[in-house]
Formats: sequence, structure tokens, C-alpha cells
Amino acid sequence: MILQVKNPVVEVHDLTVSYDRKPVLWGIDLTLPAGALVGVIGPNGAGKSTLIKAMMNLLPVSSGYVRIFDQPLKQVYSRISYVPQRESVDWDFPASVFDVVLMGRYGQLGLFKRPRKADKDAAMEALEKVGMQGFANRQISQLSGGQQQRVFLARALAQNADIYFMDEPFAGVDIATETAIIQLLRQMRDQGKTVIVVHHDLQSASEYFDWVVLLNMRLVASGPTEQVLNQELLEQTYGGKLTLLSKVGDLLRKQEFPAREKS
Amino acid sequence: MQDFLEFFSFTDANIRYVALGSVLLAASSAVVGCFTLLRKRALVGDAVAHAVLPGVCLAFILSGTKNPFILLIGAFVTGWLSLVVIDFITSRSRIKEDTAIGLVLSVFFGIGILLLTAIQQTGNAAQSGLDKFLFGSAASLIGEDLIAFGVVAVLLLVAVVLFYKELTLLCFDQAYARTIGFPVRGLELLLTTLTVFAVVVGIQAVGVVLMAAMLITPAAAARFWTENLKVMLILAALIGAFSGIAGAFVSYTAPSMPTGPWIVLIVSMIAILSFALAPGRGWIARILRQRRNKTRILEENLLKLLYQLGELRQDYDSARSLEELLERRNIPRKEAISGLQKLKRQGYLQQENKRWLLTPEGEKRGRRVVRLHRLWELYLTQYLNLASDHVHEDAETIEHIITPELEQRLIEELNYPDLDPHSARIP
Repeated sequence: MILQVKNPVVEVHDLTVSYDRKPVLWGIDLTLPAGALVGVIGPNGAGKSTLIKAMMNLLPVSSGYVRIFDQPLKQVYSRISYVPQRESVDWDFPASVFDVVLMGRYGQLGLFKRPRKADKDAAMEALEKVGMQGFANRQISQLSGGQQQRVFLARALAQNADIYFMDEPFAGVDIATETAIIQLLRQMRDQGKTVIVVHHDLQSASEYFDWVVLLNMRLVASGPTEQVLNQELLEQTYGGKLTLLSKVGDLLRKQEFPAREKS
Repeated sequence: MQDFLEFFSFTDANIRYVALGSVLLAASSAVVGCFTLLRKRALVGDAVAHAVLPGVCLAFILSGTKNPFILLIGAFVTGWLSLVVIDFITSRSRIKEDTAIGLVLSVFFGIGILLLTAIQQTGNAAQSGLDKFLFGSAASLIGEDLIAFGVVAVLLLVAVVLFYKELTLLCFDQAYARTIGFPVRGLELLLTTLTVFAVVVGIQAVGVVLMAAMLITPAAAARFWTENLKVMLILAALIGAFSGIAGAFVSYTAPSMPTGPWIVLIVSMIAILSFALAPGRGWIARILRQRRNKTRILEENLLKLLYQLGELRQDYDSARSLEELLERRNIPRKEAISGLQKLKRQGYLQQENKRWLLTPEGEKRGRRVVRLHRLWELYLTQYLNLASDHVHEDAETIEHIITPELEQRLIEELNYPDLDPHSARIP
């Protein structure tokens, strides 16, 4: 059940990503529709975050390419926004909540230029959207997990992008934050934005997303939630690892083989 | 003392130059060091500092002069080369970065010492003073040297101001910087180049062996005092400048004394003091915080005891003796007495011939602690399914830290309960 769409906002073609020559994602072919709230779902080690990072050009790919709005990523930086995993940064950095949210405006500002008043307004507005306006001057080292996640979200909102890539925004946050975030994501979708979310909780997936991508080292399914979240496909995703696949991957690493003959 | 006055009156032009030079060098390397520290690449500075030595020696051998510009170029080339080698080793082999840094540092420094010894044995008269690069000599910062090193130092400061926004983002969240289209490779290159330059200009004053301390220590000390990056940069610059000028003074009064060790000792003293004294992050502040917590626990326990005795006897208005209290709870006698005295001073207790009585305020506070204890016990049994005989110990600690807001939420979630798991009434 892999449904390809016409005029996709995101097109992933034959994408293989390896760590230390061992492929963790094999030949992903994927298209995503505009204006959808997309969940990327799969077990631990399935390569969910890897897929997002490869889409964001943060990892070298062994094969394939990614196009966003039918253009390579480099052409569309101003239209995309990435929310990394909360743990990917050191929160003991000397900065305030407002400083971090203001970083969302850096892309539009470009090099050298200092944030203008309008950028500060935009940052404050983004903070209000996530309900953190009272925390603007708080040190980021004093935030709880849920608050950190909201700050990252506000930073992405301040970018005013058309498509959002979020890596585990619901991991380790309290229930109030989770509800607030999902409401916000729905609002964004209703405004025509596309939101792609790496998600680990199968329970809430059917309720949250309109489109689901099932992943376990390879693409298992991609399609509207009600067609994808069924017993058979979930078993394929979660049931038994493809041991042969990872054995071959190990072999590639040990023998220092390339994943493609020509790259 | 006379030396001190002579130096710090800055009447002598030479002294002015030396002081100005030391301040500039130390401040600029401290500012760049802040970003190196926040990027968690403190060790890299050390490697660069050691790797600069062979460059200085080679430049001297090839040119035969001690022209500071030429030596600077030599230093820059090998300093930079060391970073390239570290990157190459880390990406092309299974050797981890810390090992690569160790390898590169010692190999480059070894070559440097080899070259230096070779130069000294040629008997070339021009070579005298080259060994100052090992441990630094601030007093020789005059004339051409000062101009060369000063210009680079000023350029460093300008670059940091110009790229403040970009460097900050690079250090905080590199992946994000890439997704908004920042030239991350270029910025990394910039920061690396700044680090190499900071090291190169600092070696005249501090020497290659101890240069890393000049890069990192002011930043580490400044971090203790502030949570604001701009303030941190300024503080680091001030700390660097202070130790720089102190080093220049030492170098002036005792010209044969190497300056580097002195500067490093002074800046390390400042770092240790910061570590101990800084509010919030400092060591003493933490000890005080823990002691405050301990007294608070003791006081609240005493109030709780008195309240519980009142509850037990159904009589809150008679005074209790110390023995009655200690019978119910094992508190060291001396601690208990001082705690009771303090509570009396604070107006929570009254004393009636060696017996203790809660004032209305004391009763209120004691009742609150008992209430929190029982609420928490109830919460643990209901929400965590703990057995009712396992919840007491937990509640003993939690009762002291629950805030009024949390208390309100607790009461709501438990649906305004009357009894705790042991069927005691929740007051």
C-alpha cells in the first residue's frame, strides 16, 4: 500500500542512507500531498529520524534524491522549516527563550544583518502561539522538556515556512503540551501548510494524522491514515525484523562495499 | 611597590605599549575562546597552540629573520594544518577525535621542539629570543611585534562582532543552521580560522605551551557568572584583559621570568574563584542552597510534630516539652533545640517554661505540611498503585517541596479527599 500522489510537495526518489556503509534506509520512494498532517511511524531503529534528516540534507545519502516543491532543497530553504529532536542541542547554552525563537528569523535575515524590530515582533507572536509569551526572558536551561519543545516549535513558526519537518515533537512532553502542539499542527494544516511529524506512539497516530508513512528500514506503506493503519501493514512494520536485510547491511559495512556500484 | 607605581602610571611609552598589547591579545583570544568552549571544542585550541611552534621555527629557518609578520604566517600555516590533519584522521579512520587531537598535538609539538633545538645549535645570533615563544614574554611586545599582533587581535574582535549571530547559531544548533541555508561549512571554517588566529596572536604573550588556557579559561570563568552570551563575551574579555595586564607587569618587573605561566596562574585563580563564588552556579551558592533546604526540612518537621501531637491529643493549645517531641521522631537533640529557637524568633512558636506551643501562624504551617504529606501518600496509592505501607518515606521528602499551585492541582486531581491511605484525616 504505497500511494504516490500527483503534484507532491515532497518527493523522495530511490533514497538509500547508510551509517558507516551500513544502509539503514533502503531505496525509499515516497511522495507526499500538500496540506496534509503526515505521521512517520515505525519501531525504534526503523530510520524515521534518518529519513527526515536525509530530507533536510543533514546526512550524506548513498543513492537517490529528495525534491521539495519540485525543486532541490537548496532552492527552497525559505519555504521549509525543521524542528530537530529536543535532545539534539545542549540546553545549558547561555541564551534566553526569546533568543532561541529569534533564530527562526535568521534564515530570512541572511548573513551579517541584525534582527530588526519586525523580526522581534514575529518571534514574540510565535511564542504567543505556543503559549510561552510569559517565558520570553527565561533562561533556556530552566525549561522543562515540554517547554523546550514549545520553544523549538515557536522557532519554526517564526520562520513562516510552507512545509514543516518535525523530529519527535511529542517525545517526553507532558499531556498538556502534546494537546497544545497537536492543535497547533492542525491549525497549520488548515492554513494549507504541510506538516511532517516523526511519531513513536501508534495509539495516537490514527487520531492525529491524515496521512501515514510506515517505515522499518524500508518503506512499508504510505497513504491516507484509514487505508494504511490496518493489522496487516502494522504487522509488516512492527513484526519481526528483516534479519536478512540487516545481515547484508552488516556485510556491506565489514567489507567496506559501496551501496551503489556508481555514485 | 615602586615598580608597581611605575608600571601602572603608564608614563613610560614602552610600558603603555606592552600593557595595551597584552590587553588586546588576551581579550581577543578570550572572546574567540567563548565560542570554542560553547562548541565543545576546547581541546582543539590546545592542539593548535602546540602545532604553531614548528611553523614559527620553519618560518625563521626559511626567512632567517624574526620579522613578526613572517613568523605569524608560519604559525598560522602549521596551526591550520594541524586542524586539517585532525579532521582528516577523524573522518577517514576509526580513530576518535580525542585520540586524533592527542596524536596531532604531540607530533607537531615534537617537530617544533626538534626544529627549535636545531636552530639554537646553529649559533645564529638572530635566533636569540625565539625560545620566548615557548612560554611567552609580554615585555617584548613592542615595535613591529605589537603592530602585527595588535592588528590581528582587533580583526578578531571585529569578526566576532560581525558574525555574532551566525557563530551563536553554529554553536547552539548546527543542524538547524544548515536547514535555514546558512553556509555551515564556511562558518565552521571561519570559527576554526579565528581560533588559529587567536592562538597565533596569544603566543607572544603566553607562549605555545599554555596558550590553550588563555583561550578557554576566561570563557569558562565567565560562564559561571552569567546566562547571557553577550555578557559572557564581555566578561571573558575583561578577565582575559586583567590577566594579560598582570602578566605584562610581571614580565616588566622580572624580564627573565616567562610571562605565560604567570598569566595562566592568574587567570586560573579567577576561574577557581568564579567556580566557588559565582551566584547560582557557584559551589558556595550550591552549598548554601543545600543548607537552606536542610534547615527548612528541620523546621517544617518540628512544626509538623507539634501539630501532630495536638492532633493526637485533640488539644492544640497546650505546650509540649522537648522530650515529647523527640520521643516521636529521631532528631539530634542539639539540632532540634536550635531549630525550635529559630522558629520562636520567626514567630511560629511560643515558649512557656521550657515547653513549646504553636502560634496561630505556626499551626497553619504545621497543618499544611501534614496535609501535603497525606495528600502525597494518597496520590501515590491512587495514581502509582503503591501499597499504603510504602508511601510514607516518599511523602516525608515531597511534603517540603510542593508549591501552593501544585497543592491546588493535587487536591483537584484527588477530588477533594478527606482521608489519607492510613485513614487519617487530611486537615
